[in-house]
Amino acid sequence: MINRPDKAKLYYPHMPATWWLRKRSYFMFMLREFTSVFIAIYLVVFLISLYRLGQSEAAYAAFVDGLRSPGWLAFHWVALLFAIYHSVTWFLSSAVVLSLRLGTWEAPRWLVAGAHIGGWLVVSVAILILYTVL
Amino acid sequence: MSEETITLNVTRFRPGQDSEPVLQSYTIPYRKDWVVLDALNHIKDWVDQTLSYRWSCRMGVCGSCGMMVNGEPKLTCSAFLREYYPNPVTVEPLVNFPVMRDLVVDMSDFMDKLKSVKPWLIREEEKPVSEGEYLQSPAQLGVYKQFSLCINCMLCYAACPVYGLEPDFIGPAALALAHRYNEDSRDQGKEQRREVIASNEGTWDCTFVGECSVVCPKHVDPAAAIQRLKVDNTKSWIKSLLLPKGGRA
Repeated sequence: MINRPDKAKLYYPHMPATWWLRKRSYFMFMLREFTSVFIAIYLVVFLISLYRLGQSEAAYAAFVDGLRSPGWLAFHWVALLFAIYHSVTWFLSSAVVLSLRLGTWEAPRWLVAGAHIGGWLVVSVAILILYTVL
Repeated sequence: MSEETITLNVTRFRPGQDSEPVLQSYTIPYRKDWVVLDALNHIKDWVDQTLSYRWSCRMGVCGSCGMMVNGEPKLTCSAFLREYYPNPVTVEPLVNFPVMRDLVVDMSDFMDKLKSVKPWLIREEEKPVSEGEYLQSPAQLGVYKQFSLCINCMLCYAACPVYGLEPDFIGPAALALAHRYNEDSRDQGKEQRREVIASNEGTWDCTFVGECSVVCPKHVDPAAAIQRLKVDNTKSWIKSLLLPKGGRA
């Protein structure tokens, strides 16, 4: 049986809208969530570029040429930094989610995160080499 | 030589008298081996007997002395004054909970949620005592042991902004304990807990801020428990779509 106090006598605190500015960890969490906005915009730009490529080579070239403006370049740099931050936090989180056990031994988190980040780097470098060679 | 002193700014809320909590300052002797709870006990014994707060074991086991110390959820029996001296220490009730009086919060919401996840061993059929205990290997114990160390201190609820914004969220400790019993080889109650765990107010409300695990004094890691419950729920959902009878025999 749970003893319940008189609700009328309680003080109910309210969480301020600026709660995420209270601690660095809350701010970094909100930043992680905010990265999704830039990644979503980048995805839309990427899909449009594919659509233009499907239209004609000239249409694609014109679209890519438009992306060379200072505003779009700045956007892509910010999107790249946010994508890296989001990816790193994602792979670090994977080590929390995955529990790899062998009998009583559990793989340490640095190993799980390191394996993910290592694999990510290998795939990224492979794509970069393919892109520059082809 | 004059005695060293330290100032504690302590939340006071007297229902029926105060419309909202206010801070009251107490300047008391400083002892480097005192924890914040010792300072509160000194105030209670020698300065102001009307101050209300919860405590019991004084050794980080009972989980009843959780408060906000300089804005961080802490067990006051483990927070040494020397970590803050010579600066003042602000002691407030755990955030995200209704305040009953001074530093005492209403725990009934947490108790309801804890009960809702059935944190006990569930068997489909109990075997007679004469057949002996349910045996468990060290490896099977290792799977859930970390999550069994929860002392229900509720620091994780105070650290969780989701619980502050969505009071219906089942919350870190209750979900960690649900995971603890789900992972226990002697338990057969996973399906009974799933309705609560897999609901919107269960694991899916969690956005993985991760502060629950940072503040946990027993290193239970509720954030990991919740993410693993999400994986388990997703696997169960996929099985229910692909396998006859949802994969159940």
